[in-house]
Amino acid sequence: MGKTTIVKTTTWSAGPGCHGGCGVLAHIKDNKLVKIEGDPDHPWNQGRLCARALAMTQYIDHQDRLKSPLKRVGKRGEDQFEEISWDEAFDIIEERMKSIRDDFGPESMIFSMGTGRDIGPWICMLAYAFGSPNVMFALSGNACYSPRIAALDTVQGDYCVFDAAQWLPGRYDNPEYKVPECMIIWGYNISATCPDNLFGHWIIDLMKKGTKIITIDPRLSFFASRSKYWLQIRPGTDAALALGFLHVIIKEKLYDKNFLETFTDAPRLVRNDTGKLLRESDLVKGGSTDNFVAFDIQKNTFIIWNTLNQEYSIDNATPSLTGVFKITLLNGNTISCITVWDKFQESCVAYTPEKVEKITLVPALDIEKAARFYAKAKPASIHWGVPIDMTPEITPLCHAIAALWALTGNLDVPGGNVFTRSAFNAVAYALPGAEGVIKLKDQAQDKTRIGKDEYGPFNKFIWRCQTDKVIEQIFSEKPYPVKGLWMQTCNPLSGIGLDPKLWQKALEKLDFIVGVDLFMTPSLRYADIILPAATFLEKDGVRSWWVPLQTINKAVTVEGCRPDVEINFELSQRFDPDFKWETIHDLFDEILEPSGMSFDELAKKGWALPPENHASRPYFRHEKGLLRSDGKPGFVTPSGKFELFSTLREEWNLEPVPYFKEPPFTPVSRPDLFKDYPLILSTGRRSPAFFHAEHRNIPWLRTLDPDPVVEIHPDTAKKNNISNGEWVVVENWMGNARFKAKVTKIVPPWMVMATHGWWFPEKKDDPLFHTFESNINMLIPMNEQGKDGLGTPVKHLLCRIRKETKGVEHGEI
Amino acid sequence: MAKSNKKGLLIDYEYCTGCFSCTVACCQEYGWEAPLTGIRVMEIVQDLPKDKAYLTFLPFPTELCVLCAKRTQKGLAPACVKHCMANCLTYGDLRDLALELEKKPRMVLWSPR
Repeated sequence: MGKTTIVKTTTWSAGPGCHGGCGVLAHIKDNKLVKIEGDPDHPWNQGRLCARALAMTQYIDHQDRLKSPLKRVGKRGEDQFEEISWDEAFDIIEERMKSIRDDFGPESMIFSMGTGRDIGPWICMLAYAFGSPNVMFALSGNACYSPRIAALDTVQGDYCVFDAAQWLPGRYDNPEYKVPECMIIWGYNISATCPDNLFGHWIIDLMKKGTKIITIDPRLSFFASRSKYWLQIRPGTDAALALGFLHVIIKEKLYDKNFLETFTDAPRLVRNDTGKLLRESDLVKGGSTDNFVAFDIQKNTFIIWNTLNQEYSIDNATPSLTGVFKITLLNGNTISCITVWDKFQESCVAYTPEKVEKITLVPALDIEKAARFYAKAKPASIHWGVPIDMTPEITPLCHAIAALWALTGNLDVPGGNVFTRSAFNAVAYALPGAEGVIKLKDQAQDKTRIGKDEYGPFNKFIWRCQTDKVIEQIFSEKPYPVKGLWMQTCNPLSGIGLDPKLWQKALEKLDFIVGVDLFMTPSLRYADIILPAATFLEKDGVRSWWVPLQTINKAVTVEGCRPDVEINFELSQRFDPDFKWETIHDLFDEILEPSGMSFDELAKKGWALPPENHASRPYFRHEKGLLRSDGKPGFVTPSGKFELFSTLREEWNLEPVPYFKEPPFTPVSRPDLFKDYPLILSTGRRSPAFFHAEHRNIPWLRTLDPDPVVEIHPDTAKKNNISNGEWVVVENWMGNARFKAKVTKIVPPWMVMATHGWWFPEKKDDPLFHTFESNINMLIPMNEQGKDGLGTPVKHLLCRIRKETKGVEHGEI
Repeated sequence: MAKSNKKGLLIDYEYCTGCFSCTVACCQEYGWEAPLTGIRVMEIVQDLPKDKAYLTFLPFPTELCVLCAKRTQKGLAPACVKHCMANCLTYGDLRDLALELEKKPRMVLWSPR
């Protein structure tokens, strides 16, 4: 018997399943994990750890772990596989994928991943080495995180998150830091822990230090009960609420006038005839289309904003924020213009608290009070959850919310919403706003990326394919056929795929599917070759998502399994004779190069924070000139300003100022459907026991949350003759699914909340593990993305509920 | 005055988020087979006047809890206290913890079986 050694490492994906970041101590004895603990010295989690990470001993040695590559010997969807060697599996994959590449082109292979995985870089590496630009995040409307990131990149040039001193040595005690007086929690439920590369319980730390909460949520969440103001919103109307906040803040002049004048595009002129920005090229022969026009009050003349130099054409300019101006264009026409600020105010003016109450169901007085409290609190921050992405008009919504933190002077200030970049600018692969080490060999390869030509953000910020268009193209085969799918830690039939029967048909149609995962899943039943992957404890890796910069350090080996990075690396070498790296550590070293550390050097430290005055460290970077490559103050937007009027949205022929549009399936937009389906169906509230479709097979976790649950208000339950704990059918025009009724006042009477990601790994009588039985995605359509290809209506559909007829509908209950 | 060595847990239920870290930390420490555990978390939806409600989570040590005697002898915090994501569990002398109760509302003091 060997003695126990302790390996310091970092969580990410396979295992806890999450977006990672926690420092852990893995106790290893004889190549076995005997215990895992939070690392008390780690600045991220400070010794704390979630239920899913703490259950790792049950996960890593689980009897159902896949431990050998498998080859399908029956029909797709059946339980017919035989074990093969890794070499044989790689040979088959190489041969079949090369034959698809030869016959149909590399773009005919799609490379698909689930959410927040650490495989992002490695799946891109493989796709690009193979030659395909079609890397897919399998959720309809790509509706998790990247829409929000793209939206913020569009209007403010960089993403931002709430500041919990995560960049600062000593965290909250660092004198640079200020505890926010107010935080808005917009559609986020903490018990499920960590969203978007943040540690969820940092918010609890702040509450203990005095931060007061405004909660925007239709459910009575932990935060809702502890809020100064709880705004119980009707799902899908968030943009109306944000515009209502802006209405109050503008009307009562609670905005930061200095920020408005100095850092936004407020004084730019907008043409009343076209609704477009007035540009220098409209006025002067040879004038630039990149330069804009304002009116100087003191000099009583039009002045030009030179975008390249980031300055006005005259010294000491005093551009007017308001007014109507007549101007004669180069073509001799005289037109009238207004300022961007007036245009922006126009978009908010109609959203009086009374009107917003009618739309959102939030009382007008609460809207006023909450907006005032947020605007007056210094500093204040907003944390938004994934429901923001899960609506088709996501970009205008983000634009309105971004205007809130910008106009209240809370952008990149201590305790506010601070810009966030990969620590040290060490970027593994192209994410919105950043180019990584792993990229397409040349832009020509990108031409065939699905959705790229149709949707502006996919040409500028999002380097994945548009998911709904991929599924459409699998059936239409236009403009080219899709023949193969690489599906890595991704389970569309149970979790990420909306309208899963459609996904099933798509999987049936493809010629060749590779599945890489840790356990057999319903989706893997459709694969030709299955490769067994490894947990985070079984591999080396790097993590540069926001802060800190971290390494993942291999602690154990599980016989038969291989880390995703190793699988993809070996196949990349097979597909690309010019593949750039000799070893995986060469690749890690190149990713880490901007930090000045090699993998080994960083691994010794475990983690590192960017130094002061680094572009990836707050604060006041727009003032200090740390954001832009030219070193000038301002933002990385086309105009250099925070854009209240988005130049990119204008370029994409989309509305350049925020607006609210009723989503596609609500009581308001579809009164016809509402007659038959009188309840708002919301889905996807998180469980602390599970990461999406994972962990149903881990006993310590499953016992915490044993059944698929739908939350129903007592009045609604009574009306439908349903008691707590009874099995009910939730149904709409798309399909149905069965859930256990949880009768609770957590939800309002007009809405039910169904949990997602359910399949039953223990029910081995069905090769698909009953994945369509309690799958709420059966009620959610695909192809409802917004005009920019982003967002999807996951949080606001319609349904009805009824008691299940025992033993009839789904066999034995 | 000699200190009593009776130990207990101070539970700040205002900040318990219902994340179940305590439950699974205990399972790992003692190798409990589900559903056994030394600490559970109750979800309580309180009814308030005017049809309002209030959501509380309450960690509740079970009959199996031994307050991690072996860990605390080594100077370590009980497994649940160490991993609590909300830092809402405090281990200590019951008398000291009782004094803490005066300082902040919405807490309970638990003494072991």
